[in-house]
Amino acid sequence: MAVAAARATGPLRGARRALSGVFWRYPWLKAAALLAPPLGWFVAVYLAALAALFISAFWSVDPFTTEVVRVWNVDNFRTLWEEVAYRNIALRTIGIAAAVTLTDMLLAFPFAYYLARVASPRLRGALFVMTLLPLWSSYLVRVYAWRLILSHDGALNWALNGLGLPDQSIAYTNWAMWVVFSYVWLPFMVLPIYASLERIPDSFLEASRDLGAHGWTTTRRVVLPLALPGVVAGSIFTFSLTLGDYITPTLVGGPGSQFIGNVVYASVGISNNVPFAAAFATVPLAVMAVYLTVARRLGAFEAL
Amino acid sequence: MRGRFKLTHVALAAVTVALAIPAAGASKSTGLPTTIGPGEGSLSLVGWEGYAEDQWVKPFVKNTGCKVSRKYAGSSDEMVTLMRQGGGGQYDLVSASGDASLRLIYGKDVQAVNPALIPDFKNFIGPLKSPPHNTIKGVHYGISLQWGPNVLLYNTAKVKPAPTSWSVLYDAKYKGKITVPDNPIQIADAALYLSKTNKALGITDPYELNKAQLDAAVALLKQQKPLVKKYWALASDQIDLFKNGDSTIGASWPYQTNTLKAAKATVADLIPKEGATGWADTWMLSAKSKHPNCAYLWMAWVSTPLVQAQQAVYFGETPANTLACKEMDKLAKGSCAQYHANAPISYFNQIKFWKTPVADCGNGKKDCMDYTKWQQAWTQVKG
Repeated sequence: MAVAAARATGPLRGARRALSGVFWRYPWLKAAALLAPPLGWFVAVYLAALAALFISAFWSVDPFTTEVVRVWNVDNFRTLWEEVAYRNIALRTIGIAAAVTLTDMLLAFPFAYYLARVASPRLRGALFVMTLLPLWSSYLVRVYAWRLILSHDGALNWALNGLGLPDQSIAYTNWAMWVVFSYVWLPFMVLPIYASLERIPDSFLEASRDLGAHGWTTTRRVVLPLALPGVVAGSIFTFSLTLGDYITPTLVGGPGSQFIGNVVYASVGISNNVPFAAAFATVPLAVMAVYLTVARRLGAFEAL
Repeated sequence: MRGRFKLTHVALAAVTVALAIPAAGASKSTGLPTTIGPGEGSLSLVGWEGYAEDQWVKPFVKNTGCKVSRKYAGSSDEMVTLMRQGGGGQYDLVSASGDASLRLIYGKDVQAVNPALIPDFKNFIGPLKSPPHNTIKGVHYGISLQWGPNVLLYNTAKVKPAPTSWSVLYDAKYKGKITVPDNPIQIADAALYLSKTNKALGITDPYELNKAQLDAAVALLKQQKPLVKKYWALASDQIDLFKNGDSTIGASWPYQTNTLKAAKATVADLIPKEGATGWADTWMLSAKSKHPNCAYLWMAWVSTPLVQAQQAVYFGETPANTLACKEMDKLAKGSCAQYHANAPISYFNQIKFWKTPVADCGNGKKDCMDYTKWQQAWTQVKG
């Protein structure tokens, strides 16, 4: 850089000096120039796509030729509201996302606590690798693996029969989806909770004990409040990832396991009804907007 | 193997020569081509899985110089969407089933073709020369390919006695063991069953349903839903379910039966006494095709007895070309009879072939439920 500047001759050098002078005099201009490319990308790619989504949600398609008719109407939203099937699908999606989030919280918290505050450094390293190892393989492979575990002649029934227990038949049900989702998103809950637990100074816990608090009281009044941002941050991942998924319902779900994502996928890829897909896609968007607002209140963004 | 390739060369050469003979140019009255010009060097297809296998694609590429790129679609709806993507013209040909073909014709996504350019057309089974799903007012919008029934597949070790009626799919006896295709056209299967078991509804054609009849079919399917293990989207899904013992009975295609039997599974299939729905596929030429000559060469090639037989045996369906029977038996002994390639017309007529449900179903009242209604009804069934 320095060499290039030294080599720059006459007019070019003058222009550069003038420019740096301008930037020095107007610091906001410097900030603007620095931010313009990423901001432009954000607006063009992200916000413009969202705007297009919102606008097309108010269009409709010709039923026979399935061409988009650009006439403003709220028919798509009316169908969503009035059709019981779509309401059930939305509620199912949100309900399972919430159940998965809760399950992962209960599973991840003790594990993360052990990882952050009990395990020796060596054991911690090993456990960390084990937590992250599944993420190295494709998500699809792991979901298919669960299909093999849960199927009628699968590993789980084989083990149950070996123990003299009767068969289970949770394959291709909402229960199977709950199990698989809880498994695939668990690492995303463990890591933020671990990060927030690790930050709690030992002195806080000692002080709590000095003041006569029992282990449970310390957990409830010191550890939990300080870990809460991490838990909420983790829940953003598990909740939003479940909310937007459509592959797991296709692969391990049963006859009544459609998610919002499945309807969106079918509307775009199969019946070519993009406006309806856009309208339904605004539902998880609205749910996440509410969720993030609450999460922000709880301080989740400080733990990310 | 050597011998067969030589035979394919000869056949293709014969086709090309036969096509080159008619006078040059396009006929003025219809605008249809009267000859096939030189190939454009490439061809892109949308087809069902197994409809463009190397077995017959490779010799085609070698002889015509048309490089083939394939895209497999999982449903008729997806095929229609693919043909319309980006304003159309991305793909040259589509192997549309009857439930997609009318949508493509009325949507102006495909163009009329000249069957005189397909030498084997004269050997096609009568009803598939100008069937209502691809020929409108004498204008051909494609060349018929293959056909077959949707069958009742069951595990012979688990389902006893052997079923004879579709009623087993609505029977609580097999609760949690039933698999059904995830496809709106599946409503026709319920309607066909109702047309035989509930005469009061007055269903004559399972694709022409008024509101009351559609509601009855949907009610039957909703009643079936708690018995269903899985609505399958891909044939391979149903094959897995049968292999793992998750499903023992279901609505299926002969393709699954073949694959499962090859894997030594104890399965059989049948056309139950109520009859069956079925498919009859057509290669249709995109209205904006960039490679029409290669497309014509392809349609002529896949109509020849050998390729018809290869595809029929590979997929488990019946060729449109009646001369394919001998070739099928050469490829796999007894396959001609197995897939009814030599069956009388009465066999063909007992199958209710897929067609696009439209509002104007010919009774002058335009009160039939169109395909959009079927799609919505299917979403409600699945919930």
